Amino acid sequence: MLAIRGLRHDYAGRTVLAIDAWDVPQGEACVVLGPSGSGKSTLLALIAGLLTPTAGTVTVAGREIAALAPAERDRFRARHVGLVLQTLHLIGVLSVDENLRVARELAGLPADVGTLDATLAALGIGALAGRRAAGLSVGEAQRVAIARALVNRPRLILADEPTAALDDESCEKAVRLLRDQAAACGATLVVATHDQRVKPHFARALAL
Amino acid sequence: MVRLAWRYLAARPLLTALHIVLLALGAGTIALLLLFTGQAEERLERDARSVDLVVGAKGSPLQLILSSVLHADVPTGNIPLEAVERLAADPMVAEAIPISLGDSYRGFRIVGTQPAFLALHHAAIAQGGIFTGEMEAVLGAQVAKRTGLALGATFAGSHGLAAAGGATHGDHPYKVVGILAPTGSVIDRLVTTPLESVWEVHGTHGAAPQAREVTAVLLRYRTPIAAAVLPRRINATTALLAASPAYEGARLMNLVGVGVDALGVFALVLMASAALSVFIALTSALQERRYDLALLRMLGASPAKLFVLVAAEGMTLVVAGVILGLVVGHVAAEALGRWLAASQTWSLTGIAWAPGEAWLAALALVLGAATCAIPAILAYRRDPASVLLER
Repeated sequence: MLAIRGLRHDYAGRTVLAIDAWDVPQGEACVVLGPSGSGKSTLLALIAGLLTPTAGTVTVAGREIAALAPAERDRFRARHVGLVLQTLHLIGVLSVDENLRVARELAGLPADVGTLDATLAALGIGALAGRRAAGLSVGEAQRVAIARALVNRPRLILADEPTAALDDESCEKAVRLLRDQAAACGATLVVATHDQRVKPHFARALAL
Repeated sequence: MVRLAWRYLAARPLLTALHIVLLALGAGTIALLLLFTGQAEERLERDARSVDLVVGAKGSPLQLILSSVLHADVPTGNIPLEAVERLAADPMVAEAIPISLGDSYRGFRIVGTQPAFLALHHAAIAQGGIFTGEMEAVLGAQVAKRTGLALGATFAGSHGLAAAGGATHGDHPYKVVGILAPTGSVIDRLVTTPLESVWEVHGTHGAAPQAREVTAVLLRYRTPIAAAVLPRRINATTALLAASPAYEGARLMNLVGVGVDALGVFALVLMASAALSVFIALTSALQERRYDLALLRMLGASPAKLFVLVAAEGMTLVVAGVILGLVVGHVAAEALGRWLAASQTWSLTGIAWAPGEAWLAALALVLGAATCAIPAILAYRRDPASVLLER
């Protein structure tokens, strides 16, 4: 599913990330561990096609991301990659279901109510559908962010520091939720974090 | 993206409303000025088109035209009837139509004249017929509508031309024998009657012919050369004043135009300020919404879609402002017109389009597009990764 070869990314004249080789099969869940500034977020951005590597290749579902034309890369990411950001970031002026609808529409998929409701229900937040995103609690917003990452049934889910600022119990729930939902849609899951509490949940790990 | 743009606008209702109101003030002012000047020029042209020259008592040429052609000012004085007869006999004059002013009915001027006055204004009888004898009156369409007078009704004029009127000539009532069809010209607001009626009311009917007076005479030239010769001759060799409606009308519009131009500049400054305000709002919104924009790129939105998002937000403000401005301008024109109508001196309507309004709308849209362009391009060029990787 995910294959990295000779990857290097420089920023301001300094190499911020270097990975010789890394493979993650389809449907697997793995964690990328490292302290702040080790390049975890940069790695996720490279995998998602938001950054172009200085050297090397990143191949997702058989497609070399950096070789795609910009418009094709955007379409590929919209359709096949779900992203959960550290800041979660929902579009506050939209409602919960509208945040999911935007993700569907940008992927060129029908934004039917059934799909949106089913995705929200799977995460136990069906009742929040009409609520304005700006008014959600942190826990609710996290679930909505995960729902948005899942709504297009992506092949790859990338989560950047999903447990930041969570207590132990919430951390456990968040990680389990991500793993369960990724497994439910057969997606590969990559979690980037400096949080050592996350490591025991994953058999496969990459240290930066 | 357009729906999202509208949500952003709706999320800040006060700011959005202020932008739209500011734009509307500018656009509405310009629309009102276009309606006013357009209709004023049209009216001047329409009311004066059949009159080549007006001759009256010495005084202000503009006042003579305003009082005798547009019926919007007090006359400069009276002239002897024999002056009319001399002018009518002049080989350069095709037609000479005398008018006598001085009385009114409920603010509508009573004009003593000849039947040719009606033909001069291309008036057609809608009911009844043209006056043939003394104290018979033909009402303009607006007069009949506002006063409720019908065929056969009688009324008494008041001395003076103001709406309030002066002493009533109750012992000399008029009888309505005809009502005109609407013409859209000044005659709609006049009561016409034979010259003899005015003399009868003022007690000069029985006077010697050389003692009878009229207010002015409206002339049509027989030959084009008369335009160059006749006014100069009259002004230089007689005790009369000759004034050209075309010339004085143009002069009036020039005088009015100074004020109109100043207001127009003010309105343009208003619109430019509003556009600048929209530009500032969009540019600052880019910074506030950098995560939203980066998120949309992350979700697969192309840079072009972000361009559309920002542009849609700005153009929505501009379009709403222009539409509101046009509506406000027309409503204001209609309200002003109704207020002016009470004095029966000027007409203005908001239920009409001024030719320049299409240009106003086009200019506003171009201005709006220019305002949105820079913020939209900035959104287009923004790098999502740099925002998403911020801590």
